Amino acid sequence: MSETDASPSPAAPIPSHADLFLAFFKITLSGFGGTLPWTRRMFVEKKRWLTAEEFNNVYALCQFLPGPNIVNLTAVFGSRMHGATGALAAWTGFLIVPFCVMLAAGVLYERYGQVEAVRHALSGIAPAAAGLIIATVAKMAAPMFRSFGPAPIVVLVTAFAIGLMRWPLFLVLLVLVPVSIGLAWRMRPRTQP
Amino acid sequence: MKADGDILVTLAIQFAIMSLLALGGANAVVPEMHRQAVELRGWMNDREFTDMFAMSQAAPGPNVMMVTLIGYHVAGFAGALVTTLAMCGPTAVLAHFLGRTWDRFKDAPWRVAVQAGVVPISVGLVGASAIILTRASDHSWLAVAITLATAATAFWTRWNPLWLIGIAGLAGLTGLV
Repeated sequence: MSETDASPSPAAPIPSHADLFLAFFKITLSGFGGTLPWTRRMFVEKKRWLTAEEFNNVYALCQFLPGPNIVNLTAVFGSRMHGATGALAAWTGFLIVPFCVMLAAGVLYERYGQVEAVRHALSGIAPAAAGLIIATVAKMAAPMFRSFGPAPIVVLVTAFAIGLMRWPLFLVLLVLVPVSIGLAWRMRPRTQP
Repeated sequence: MKADGDILVTLAIQFAIMSLLALGGANAVVPEMHRQAVELRGWMNDREFTDMFAMSQAAPGPNVMMVTLIGYHVAGFAGALVTTLAMCGPTAVLAHFLGRTWDRFKDAPWRVAVQAGVVPISVGLVGASAIILTRASDHSWLAVAITLATAATAFWTRWNPLWLIGIAGLAGLTGLV
C-alpha cells in the first residue's frame, strides 16, 4: 500500500462485530488522558479501517451532533460497518470499562468520601479540575476572539445566561440557537456575489 | 439508597434531554447537571458535585462518565445504569441515523451555517461550566491559586493533565485548601 491518499478505501477488510467490540474495548483500557488520540491511532494507523481523511470526516459529524463526541463516534463507525448491530457492538465495547471504573469510584466515594485524607485530596483536586476546564474554554475561545463576527458575543451571552443567571438550558438554547445560526447564515462566505 | 421507580424515571428523562442538548460534548451540560442535581432537586451539595466532576476528570475514559457517579449517588447501581444509558444512548441513535446521510449534506451551506452558529454556543456553555465549577470548588485563596495555576499550566504547556491533578491532590493532602 503506497503512502499516497489516492486510494479511497482503507487497506483492511471490514471488521466483524467482535472486532468492533474489542477495538473500542481496548481503546478504553489505554484511555488515560482522553480517548480520541487512542481511537485515531488504532483506526487509522494500526488497523487501517479508515484513512486519515475519513477519520476527520467521521469526527466532524460527531462534533456536529449533540452529546459526547467520542460516544457518537462509536455509533457512527459501528453503524457504517454493520448497521445498527455494529453500532451497538462498538458502543457497548466502548462503554463497559469506563462504566465499571466509575461505578467502582462511586462505591468507594460513598463509602470513604468523608474520610479526612480523601476529603483533603479532593478539596485540592476539585479546584484543579475547574482550572482544566478554564484552560479548555480558553483554547476553544481564543481563535474566535481573534476574528470579526458575532461568535465572541454569542460565547459571552451563552456563558452569562447559563453560568451566571442560571437560566434553564433548554430555554436558553431555544432562543440562542436560531439567533446564532441566523447570524452565521448571514455572515457565510459566498463564492458567487 | 434504595432505587425507587419514580426517581429512575426522572433520571432517565432529565439525562436523555441533556444528552440531546449537549452541544459540542459533555462539558456543555455540566451547568444543567448542576442546576438539576444541586439547585432544583437537592440530590447533592456543591462539594459532592465538584468531587464527582473532579473524579471524572481524573479517571480514565470520557468526561461524560460523571453521569454514572451522579446516578449512583442518587439511586445506586440502577441509577448509575439509567443515567449512563440516558446520556449515551439517544445521541448514539441519532448518530447511527445521521451517519448514513452525512456525506450528502456535509458540504451543504446550511450545514456549515448550523455548525458555525452552534460552535460559539458550545464554547459559551463550557465557559459557563468553568464559572460554575470554580465558584463551587474554590472556598479559599489556596483553592483559587490551584485553579489559576492549573489553568495557566494547561493552557501554555502540553503537560499531561493527570500530573496537574496529582500535584493538586498532594497539595490538598496538606489540609490547607
